[in-house]
Amino acid sequence: MKTASPFLETDAGPRVDVMFEDVPLRLPEGANLAAALLAAGVQVFRHTKTTGAPRAAFCMMGACFDCLVEIDGVVRQACMIEVSDGLEISRPESAEVHNDPA
Amino acid sequence: MIRRDLVIIGAGPAGMAAAATAADLGLSVSILDEQLRAGGQIYRDVDRAAELRGDILGKDYAHGATLTAGLRSRAIDHLPGAVVWAIEEGFRVSYSIDGEAAQLSASHVLLATGALERPMPLPGWTLPGVMTAGAGQILLKQSGVLARNAVLVGSGPLLYLIAIQMIRAGTPPAAMIETQGRGDIMRAMRHLGGALRGWPYLLKGMRMLGEIARARVPRFIGAQDIRIEGDSCAEAVAFTSAGRTRRIACDTVFLHHGVVPNTQAARSLGITHAWDDAQNCFAPMLDEWGQSDVEGVFIAGDGAGIRGARAAEHAGGLAALKIAETLGHISGPDCMERAAPLRAALMHECAPRAFLDAAYPPFGEALAPADSTIVCRCEEVTAGAIRRYAGMGCLGPNQAKAFGRAGMGACQGRFCGLTVTALLAEANGRTADETGHFRIRPPLKPVTLGELAAMDEQAQDAAE
Repeated sequence: MKTASPFLETDAGPRVDVMFEDVPLRLPEGANLAAALLAAGVQVFRHTKTTGAPRAAFCMMGACFDCLVEIDGVVRQACMIEVSDGLEISRPESAEVHNDPA
Repeated sequence: MIRRDLVIIGAGPAGMAAAATAADLGLSVSILDEQLRAGGQIYRDVDRAAELRGDILGKDYAHGATLTAGLRSRAIDHLPGAVVWAIEEGFRVSYSIDGEAAQLSASHVLLATGALERPMPLPGWTLPGVMTAGAGQILLKQSGVLARNAVLVGSGPLLYLIAIQMIRAGTPPAAMIETQGRGDIMRAMRHLGGALRGWPYLLKGMRMLGEIARARVPRFIGAQDIRIEGDSCAEAVAFTSAGRTRRIACDTVFLHHGVVPNTQAARSLGITHAWDDAQNCFAPMLDEWGQSDVEGVFIAGDGAGIRGARAAEHAGGLAALKIAETLGHISGPDCMERAAPLRAALMHECAPRAFLDAAYPPFGEALAPADSTIVCRCEEVTAGAIRRYAGMGCLGPNQAKAFGRAGMGACQGRFCGLTVTALLAEANGRTADETGHFRIRPPLKPVTLGELAAMDEQAQDAAE
């Protein structure tokens, strides 16, 4: 994981400890998780189940499902979650969301 | 189950304005919104962000706070963080908040689900570091997060707006790679009359271009052969402009060539949609109040056709008035009288639209991508595969599901639907209307069996 992020954070505020793939990160409490991960230098959120291609946040509004991460065994959209203390986040094993409308 | 006169889906400008109008006229209203704070995408997090960075985001953004205040000051049941996954006739609206499912019933439903970025499938658009321009703006509005070294690719007013905001924030874009050509502006000139009637927008546009020029952001007009390069993330954008091939190194790419109505919920209800040539997308068929052909369901805002945030507000008000009249809260003449100023304001807002649509058309290379370009991001289906399906006799997007998995992934076709329709239409020599769109069925967003089971138990407890 790169520590130098392509993104600049401008908001100050209290930070909390979270883990992403066993790497400790200090993220702004209550921030949008996808934004906070990008700002922390996380460039790859997951790999696709079909080809293993890397993916990260794309739409930031809950529509594209590209920012999927796994928290407590549930695959969720990082852009729809707020940062809270102690989150343990990982790249989903297979990025299958819990239901498949097909 | 709680029963309301009106359930509104989406707390953007259309939804918030409709909720306020309906509540003032005595209707019981619930407004369900996926986001944790009201505002929609255009006014995302306005109550917090306008104070923190109002100088960067501008007056138009700060206006959203009047709408969120309107929501707070009335007896409106605002349910933030509510992901709606089914709307059934009658109407029964099923949603989940933080993993807990619940239902509401209502005699009327207003869909104020807004817009999505028009999908812009280009080589490399699935790489990490490539985002929609709207996403770039959301990062700034909600989180104060800015791309240090970004290239903006595409066309349209939003692309200029985000460039301005990046300049003001001290991180100007490395370049703007613009897909509209000089011919587009010439063609747009026949709509100049409308643009002049909407002269404040024209003036704003010219000011924006001046600000970008003063910041010395390089602009490349009429860009073609655009591809994003990189192995595990975006590293550069290569393109040709004015006969020269160029490559601009960057960490972040923001794509934009317009927004399109988010029609998922409307389609799931069976509302008739038709192709809109001027806006190059499908839009629901509605009357002058935003009423659809499914009785009791109204649509307002960009989900009804792209007209922008202020127009959305007026349209939301109009829908609320008609619903209030239908429910007997106001008389027909009263409804007409209240509607008149809203209609006038709406017309004024729409005046420059034809000019903008013609001056900043969608990018041809992204409407009909090269064979090797991925169009369905979820299932990684290429444009070439869709064309092959057509060669094997596939006429429409739903039939395409028998050939491959385009549109069957988690996003349910939100980011490939229009492209799949366009590719099949072109390959088969048929219109978009003849080709059709993916059939959308609930759940509109993923819901777990656990959520469903818990909801069933609640219902049984209530019945006992």
